Amino acid sequence: MRYLPLTPADRTAMLETIGAASVDDLYCDVPSGALLKEPVDLPYHQGEMQVEREMAALARKNTGTASAASFLGAGAYRHHVPATVDYIIQRGEFLTAYTPYQPEIAQGTLQYLFEFQTQVASITGMDVANASMWDGATSCAEAVLMACRATRRKKAVLSGGLHPHYREVTETYCQYSDTEVAGRDGHPEHQATTGELDDLIDNQTACVVVQYPDIFGRIQDHTKLADACHAKGALLIVVFTEAVAFGAIKSPGSFGADIVCGEGQSIGNALSYGGPYVGLFATTSKLVRQMPGRLCGETVDQDGKRGFVLTLSTREQHIRREKATSNICTNSGLCSLAFTVHMSLLGEDGYRGLAAINHERAVKTADALALVPGVSVVNETFFNEFTVRLPKSAAGVVEALAAKGVLGGVPLSRLYPNRDDLDAFLLVAATETNTDDDIAAFASALKEVLA
Amino acid sequence: MAKYFSKEHEWLELDGDVATVGITDYAQQALGDIVYVELPEVGKKLVKDGDAAVVESVKAASDVYAPVDGEILETNEMLEDNPGLVNEDAEGEGWFFRVKIDDESQLEDLMDQESYNDFIEGLED
Amino acid sequence: MSFQTHTGNRGLVLEEKLIFEQGEAGRCGVDLPKPDAVKSRLGGLERDSDVGLPGLSEPQVVRHYTRLSQKNFGIDSGFFPLGSCTMKHNPRLNEKVARMPGLADLHPMQPESTVQGALELIDSCAHWLMVLTGMPAVAMSPASGAQGELCGMMAIRAALDARGENRRRVLVPESAHGTNPATAAACGFTVDSIPATADGRVDLAAFEAKLGDDVAGIMLTNPNTCGLFERDVRKIADLVHAAGGYFYCDGANFNAIVGRVRPADLGIDAMHINLHKTFSTPHGGGGPGSGPVVFSDALAPFAPLPYVLHKDGKFHLVETASEQDGKKPFGRLKGFHGQMGMFIRALTYMKSHGADGLRQASGDAVLNANYLLARLKDKLSVAFPGYCMHEALFDDEFLKGTGVSTLDLAKAIIDEGFHPMTMYFPLVVHGALLVEPTETETKESIDQFCDAVLSLVAKAESGDAEFFKNAPYLTPRRRLDETAAARNPVLRWVPKNAE
Repeated sequence: MRYLPLTPADRTAMLETIGAASVDDLYCDVPSGALLKEPVDLPYHQGEMQVEREMAALARKNTGTASAASFLGAGAYRHHVPATVDYIIQRGEFLTAYTPYQPEIAQGTLQYLFEFQTQVASITGMDVANASMWDGATSCAEAVLMACRATRRKKAVLSGGLHPHYREVTETYCQYSDTEVAGRDGHPEHQATTGELDDLIDNQTACVVVQYPDIFGRIQDHTKLADACHAKGALLIVVFTEAVAFGAIKSPGSFGADIVCGEGQSIGNALSYGGPYVGLFATTSKLVRQMPGRLCGETVDQDGKRGFVLTLSTREQHIRREKATSNICTNSGLCSLAFTVHMSLLGEDGYRGLAAINHERAVKTADALALVPGVSVVNETFFNEFTVRLPKSAAGVVEALAAKGVLGGVPLSRLYPNRDDLDAFLLVAATETNTDDDIAAFASALKEVLA
Repeated sequence: MAKYFSKEHEWLELDGDVATVGITDYAQQALGDIVYVELPEVGKKLVKDGDAAVVESVKAASDVYAPVDGEILETNEMLEDNPGLVNEDAEGEGWFFRVKIDDESQLEDLMDQESYNDFIEGLED
Repeated sequence: MSFQTHTGNRGLVLEEKLIFEQGEAGRCGVDLPKPDAVKSRLGGLERDSDVGLPGLSEPQVVRHYTRLSQKNFGIDSGFFPLGSCTMKHNPRLNEKVARMPGLADLHPMQPESTVQGALELIDSCAHWLMVLTGMPAVAMSPASGAQGELCGMMAIRAALDARGENRRRVLVPESAHGTNPATAAACGFTVDSIPATADGRVDLAAFEAKLGDDVAGIMLTNPNTCGLFERDVRKIADLVHAAGGYFYCDGANFNAIVGRVRPADLGIDAMHINLHKTFSTPHGGGGPGSGPVVFSDALAPFAPLPYVLHKDGKFHLVETASEQDGKKPFGRLKGFHGQMGMFIRALTYMKSHGADGLRQASGDAVLNANYLLARLKDKLSVAFPGYCMHEALFDDEFLKGTGVSTLDLAKAIIDEGFHPMTMYFPLVVHGALLVEPTETETKESIDQFCDAVLSLVAKAESGDAEFFKNAPYLTPRRRLDETAAARNPVLRWVPKNAE
């Protein structure tokens, strides 16, 4: 087997040094009968060429977004990832390193984490960010738990504009910790109004969670909501699913958010059928000791040179055990490196420019779809994703579009399977990867499907 | 003023029915460089042997338990900016909080300086 | 020869500023098309201030991160015997496959008809994990080992709730990973710790004494964190079941027994598998991981959403509870369907090894660890007697009187060109040194490491503590001031003029 260097002669020599007759002897503590004598019932080893062939055959059974006109979003977005990103993250010193517990020989990882934290804090408009979480949905759940710890309260209010997966994960995380999860059901046609959540916020409320832009693509100012939260001693958590958006719209920090968290996949990371992604998590300096996850900080070494270390680790499970802020251990290291390298390539001009193109592509897509008979664009405001109303069930339309080589958005019924009133709505995203031809193909295919 | 010690390495100095509480010099030495002290809120009711504060070094966080029942009157705000005070002067400037004692009889469970010295000597064996 | 250079660089060890200190307005590492003028739909919330990101060209970015990479030690760099972390070779084929068109570019919300290959891949990965563990069910979605634990313990909580029982006490050995108690607490359980015996295993009598009708179950790592097989594991399983509780097995060390022992034969109810350990998906400097959880029949109905179902010749993704009868999922653990990129790598790895190769891999891992143990045991102090599994555990008794600590020794090992072993874990052993060579190391590299450690121990015994206190000497940075970092946290760069 090509990954295993020991030769039969090595094994014999080593067993002799150990003083054991066979490898099976080393397993002497395994209860009798539980030690298998033969390999389990699975295929035997194969060469690289054969394995690659089998895996490629599985890949060929799929239609990837790169081979279709694709307008899918709802929390994961197809963006162009520069070749440099994939080159850097495949450097063995990054790819095959461990969590930087030995800072003297992990300054590479530590310095990029420090850069990552700074980038995340900058785009969200917050004081500090951690070194990443698993994904946007788990970041949201962890933010709610953090707010409960910080306020010593046990109630979270979730906006109807929150991604249903984020809501479900938050409910899952809260269900065994006596935390009440309250909220409203959202609807793309019911204009979200300032103050709609105010009556749910009381003296027991730890936090209010809103998504910006929301799951239907709408953009709303949450300054007043922040004030309403703070008046009751609650925290405002602003969640996002599209990290490119903050190149075009005001940062959540500018509203007075206490925690900003969400999905960082958009920048540097492949769609990869839903994971691994990278959760971004930022907060204020005041709340930093309540924050879950790893943190990298600046310090100096014995010779007085600047260096970086993991810090404030007493919050974490390996030290606090059952009193830790979270059980998170491994996070999304390499995905955060991809984010950081892509963000470094973009810089101020690239990040703002990328956001501008995304908005322009989405506006053009919305305008093109609005011309299709029977289709109406629901949103007044959006960044790169919006909801359209169709004259028939969106789920069926999406299947018919796929047969024509168009991945035409996410039907809301997929996200809200128990909501009959959302059957006719389709969530459409456009990014810089969508050409004018893609948009024209989508509009004409939709016209045919609806005809 | 009478000074008392607990097996959890807290000291307590009594002035009327108000006690000043901190961790002992032995404790600060065992913990190493202290980087953060989480203090209780003023007005909090302490229950004997319940959580009162947390003291953190780089690699460890240790709970400080309430040596007696009582109500927090004041905390040492200097520790917020300078937790190293606990290392420099654990049984003086590095005090943690002042508590109004509910039941003086609970002091009987604590040790005096001499017994505490014997106690830590026993630990080192 | 020691002298200062003008630049501060020392040959290949190059000083590198933060990107924020290198940027220039007007530079950019991407070329983007100019958008056409359109009427903004941003609703008046247009960003009205700079983000504060530096501008760099592509060559600057490449050079910056290349230089940073050169300050890192990875498995590709050298021997990395970090106990309990399983730093073994990460095959590049796995990376190549994960990037294939038709896999890397799949959107998680595509219609089922367009992702049949992806669903088949998840189903196939699940099949391998079920056969290797002998368990009847597996939840694929957990994002990491720690979330796998959460998944397993939530299923136990849900099963107890379904039985209408209010059991809240979870027994956890003292030697457990910190994630175990943290996870139990997150599920509303209280943790009761079980002491270890003198031979590093669960104290069966103490365990039995703690059982009662309020016990939800036990969380036991096997092979345990001391690198030993819990030889009473079956008795433990029987006892906890007889008391009405469940057996959660932390599968972090499954790599020691894969292909040789099926956890199902040990009586477990749930176990997470760290794909980045046993199945060699890269650690990536701290993730991403993936932590599928295998379940017994008793817990299988409570497994989380979503899951893949093979029915009528097609693969389906079940995303809601209402579609199913008999299932009572406890909820959803993450967005979308799991760490697909890690499933791809793990399946590629499993297919490469096959049933025979995986068996060989676990055997070689255990052989390498025992060889290392045999080579060091006369000079270092072995924590527990007998053979070890995939890792060898020492305490710091052998350093007594030298003035050298476990940490000092580890730092000197860095100068010798190795990544140090895990230190001070497990907590049940004083000054622990946990060494895991893994199966992908040659005998020569293990010999070289052992020779280096033995020479350092001899140096420590010769009374040169001062040398150790100041190690490492040859690294890009020397010992870092962690106290200063924690007392006054600086967690981001800020522009000089803003300070």
